[in-house]
Amino acid sequence: MKTPVSNMLLVLLASFIGSFGGVFLKAGAEKVRQGWIYMFISKDAPFFNWRLASGVGFFLLSSYFFVLGIRPPGELSVLYPMVALGYIWTLVWSRIFFKEPLTRFKFIGLFLIVVGVFFVGLGSQ
Amino acid sequence: MHATAANPARTMDHAVKRQPVGLVFGCTILGAAAQVLMKTGANQMAHPGLLGMVTNLPLMGGYCLYGISTLLLVLALKDGELSLLYPVIALTYVWVMVLSFLIFHDNFNLWKILGVAFIVLGVTVLGKGGRS
Repeated sequence: MKTPVSNMLLVLLASFIGSFGGVFLKAGAEKVRQGWIYMFISKDAPFFNWRLASGVGFFLLSSYFFVLGIRPPGELSVLYPMVALGYIWTLVWSRIFFKEPLTRFKFIGLFLIVVGVFFVGLGSQ
Repeated sequence: MHATAANPARTMDHAVKRQPVGLVFGCTILGAAAQVLMKTGANQMAHPGLLGMVTNLPLMGGYCLYGISTLLLVLALKDGELSLLYPVIALTYVWVMVLSFLIFHDNFNLWKILGVAFIVLGVTVLGKGGRS
């Protein structure tokens, strides 16, 4: 394997940070009043809702580390599947922070998606 | 248990639950279009640096689409479960692959096709689970 461990750690960090993006967007979304118009005109609007703003911040930070991580000589076939780990972190946070039920459907669906992302990585060399 | 009484509420519940998956579906299409626009912008980047980026129309269009896609995601997360909706975003890979084949003539191979098939299957299973 030619991919340096430092590239792997950067992508791992990106997936970890990115999973918090989802958590903060969810936490912020729950505060937005019913009706999409409130997304723009009220104090619930994304730029004034600190949860939503930090969610976007986490995503931006995550993409920064991701871009650093996939620089050569990092191999996409190794690094792409590590992105899919982000989905697994998110499942854990959904359980811990939002008490969402973890059903068999979610485990099977997530497993298939992670395998799919792994294959896409293999094909992207 | 209270079949007759619970029925209207249940139908409501279904309507509420199905909408978020549809919204995230829209998110993935917008996200893929954003990536294609950003790639187009990156390909024709005349002068690098901040000025070159701001004056690059496709690149800025890509960022705008990402913004709209994020708004849709927030609307979806308002009524839907994070553990269900977040993995659906993986559909973006599918659209990006199809679009980059059509527009940039990127190559397709067995691994990519297999990967797309697994992602679609996984999202289908998640969708089924969200409905029942």
